[in-house]
Amino acid sequence: MTVLRAQGLGKKYKRNWALTGCSLEIEAGHVTGLVGPNGAGKSTLLNIASGMLEPTTGTIEVCGGVPGSGPDQLAKVGYVAQSTPVYTGLTIEEHLRLGAHLNPRWDDSLATKRVERLGLDPKQAAGKLSGGQRAQLALTLGIAKRPELLLLDEPVAALDPLARREFLQDLMESVAEHGLSVVMSSHLVNDLERVCDHLVVLVASEVRVMGDVDELLASHHRLSGPRREVDSLPADQHVISAKHTDRQTTVLVRTEAPILDPAWTVAQLGLEDLVLEYMSNPVATRPALEVLR
Amino acid sequence: MTWLTWRQFRLPALSVFAALVLIGVVLGITGPELVGRTNFSDQDTMFGGTILVLYLLPAVIGVFWGVPMITRELESGTHSLVWNQTVTRKRWLATKLGFGLLAAMVAAGLLGWAVSWWASPIDTLAAAQTDRGMLSRIAPVVFGARGIVPIGYAAFALALGVAVGMLLKRTVAAMAVTLVVLAAVLLLVPNFVRPYLLPPQQMTIAIVGEDITNISGDETGAVQEIGVRNPAGAWVLANETIDPNGNVASPLPDFVQNCLPRPGGGPPERGGLEQCMAQLGAHGYQQRLTYQPGSRFWPLQWLELALFLAMTALLTWFSFRRVRHLS
Repeated sequence: MTVLRAQGLGKKYKRNWALTGCSLEIEAGHVTGLVGPNGAGKSTLLNIASGMLEPTTGTIEVCGGVPGSGPDQLAKVGYVAQSTPVYTGLTIEEHLRLGAHLNPRWDDSLATKRVERLGLDPKQAAGKLSGGQRAQLALTLGIAKRPELLLLDEPVAALDPLARREFLQDLMESVAEHGLSVVMSSHLVNDLERVCDHLVVLVASEVRVMGDVDELLASHHRLSGPRREVDSLPADQHVISAKHTDRQTTVLVRTEAPILDPAWTVAQLGLEDLVLEYMSNPVATRPALEVLR
Repeated sequence: MTWLTWRQFRLPALSVFAALVLIGVVLGITGPELVGRTNFSDQDTMFGGTILVLYLLPAVIGVFWGVPMITRELESGTHSLVWNQTVTRKRWLATKLGFGLLAAMVAAGLLGWAVSWWASPIDTLAAAQTDRGMLSRIAPVVFGARGIVPIGYAAFALALGVAVGMLLKRTVAAMAVTLVVLAAVLLLVPNFVRPYLLPPQQMTIAIVGEDITNISGDETGAVQEIGVRNPAGAWVLANETIDPNGNVASPLPDFVQNCLPRPGGGPPERGGLEQCMAQLGAHGYQQRLTYQPGSRFWPLQWLELALFLAMTALLTWFSFRRVRHLS
């Protein structure tokens, strides 16, 4: 089942396009990481998916409906904005009350337990929370609403490493417990590696690569050997990037088949290196894009 | 949504209502003392103060209720929190506007009623006056501080604050713009709209010396115009001298320029003045009064209330259109 389907999605702010011709499909039941450099359109995409923004061009379908089209649609999609906004004048308790009043599917015991487990004082004003606690409160509201899809826009960007780890761990537990789909954006691959089983790399509004994290890792190889032309590689090896020195050639290829050429030294890549390779080589690999699902 | 709206709105709402209670107590204590008196010259401060308060109320409502209702959410980003609960933007706005408009209209209605009650002995006396000494309740400034039009002003101010807040998205800028626009509307309507809500009445009367209430001239001493007694309790829009052809005579014809008392030339003699005016009459000059009679107070109140409620509806419609495209 597809939880998010975008086609030719574009958004123009006054004069600048923040997103152009973005098409992608995200499967339900996964934690999908959305990575890309700053300005790739990650936030814009999530904002459109949540209904916060209207697309200028293209269409988008989230959980089978148009984002923000009505109460039913809103109930299905949870969204935590990058700034993890909370009402500074309201206490944590009042935030939960807000959630209970505004969401018919609100899970009060889940929210209360979560706040308790996080060690937050329900009587405390949200304005006095630390960045991490605020993010946790915003996430609590997102989860206790019991959506089908939870959209998180850079949820850990403002957190220190420890708070970041706790936040993500906690998110993982909640996801496992309630079986919801999650799409979260980040420009830090390390964060995503910890929690995501699917990955979408977005560069300049285009999906550069997407797929199951384990499959991506297994199918990408860094080959190094004596200098040669990349044209001479087998047809099933898609070249992502190639570097040449006087005597040596290093290429990143994607292939399902084993590497048979004995001239190559084959090495596996970490997820971060893989993503960085895709981000920094926007043109060379265009043909390889469509095949990657 | 009701709970959240009330939770957010209760502090500004209660502050204003607390101030209103205070004002109500002051009026309640001083009001009964005015009954039966025939001279209110010692009440100028209170009279002016009550009017001022009624004009300040819509300003406060627009600036401190209307504007922050929207901009505080937009500035702190909480709109993205609340719009992602199971509540449509329309319902969010409808609840906020509903609360705000209701509170604004109740506040203004109560204050308007209290002040109208307090000032009723003064207004009754003013309604019998024919010179320019006391302002009747239909006179421009007083009119807006009596009866039911304050309700319209308050509703309009709130809707204006909300609409401007949505347009500018920044609290301070939106507050300033709201204040300026509100002040402009409250100045323009009494001067350019209210006089014509109902076609003004006219009457042409013979100029009699003892009816003359004012004579004004230019810097050279030439007399530009004279005024005569007003119909009791009326709002006079024009008090003009017209020649036999019906044209406005300003400055007055030469033959009276010489016999009228000069500014700074000491108090005029009654006899001389009447003789002088008799000349005007003999040459076919008359005085024409254009005015809204005091009996039109309530019709004008209802019409102006309707006008402001219509403007409120327009702003509300705009806000609902706009909220769809906010982000």
